[in-house]
Amino acid sequence: MLLNQFLLLGALLFAVGVYGVLARRNGVMVLMSIELMLNAVNLNLVAFGLQHDVVSGQVFALFIIAVAAAEVGVGLAIVLLLYRNRKSIAVDEFDLMKG
Amino acid sequence: MVAQNIAFGIIAAITVAAALGMVTTRNIVHAALLLVAVLGGLAANYVLLTAEFIATTQVLVYIGAVMVLFLFGIMLTRAPIGRIPQMTGATWPVAALSALALGGITVYALIDRFGADSLATDNTVFRTADVSDSVFSQYIIPFEAVSVLLLAALIGAVVLARRD
Repeated sequence: MLLNQFLLLGALLFAVGVYGVLARRNGVMVLMSIELMLNAVNLNLVAFGLQHDVVSGQVFALFIIAVAAAEVGVGLAIVLLLYRNRKSIAVDEFDLMKG
Repeated sequence: MVAQNIAFGIIAAITVAAALGMVTTRNIVHAALLLVAVLGGLAANYVLLTAEFIATTQVLVYIGAVMVLFLFGIMLTRAPIGRIPQMTGATWPVAALSALALGGITVYALIDRFGADSLATDNTVFRTADVSDSVFSQYIIPFEAVSVLLLAALIGAVVLARRD
């Protein structure tokens, strides 16, 4: 197996996640795309950990999984609060800062 | 070796197809289920990379817990079940261009730098015990910080989401 096949898969998933974050209107879908990007990074960490014969890659992947779980918990609470206050979670309708 | 490459090809094709479906489908529940396929494909990749503990954690935490959170989020925000005409904002061409540029540059840089480097397969296979030894010795302070972070996120989510 090549190292690059895992890195290229990670890069493709990250680019797809970037598209999802920028293009989707639904707040929950934006959070899902962020999860996709975090997972792409995890794949890189595990692949480089195996390549360089260190266990740190797997440890950092575990930390990222924990941080992502915390992030999605708080993110969904914020989306829920937005829905309760504005009756919508379409992210392009929150433009109060626009001059 | 050949079997692993065939397995990787099948898994990678499923993962990328599911990811593309996730960001393009008009049905939000289908998007959540396609995300399960992506996360499962990544767990299979971790097994190929001999990181079986990460694969198990991925299945437990993401497919078990985070997906339930997402489905609750979809239900509680009363997203219409079924096809939604306006799932993608008006800026999608810019988003597609940015993602293509980012992906293209990353792929070029990876091929330029790593080319056909083969994965070192004769290295140590790290068992779960090695991972936990590292977490509880070298990385004990980040581990405690993550514990406090999870507690803070828990309290923060409760404070944000409760009604009064």
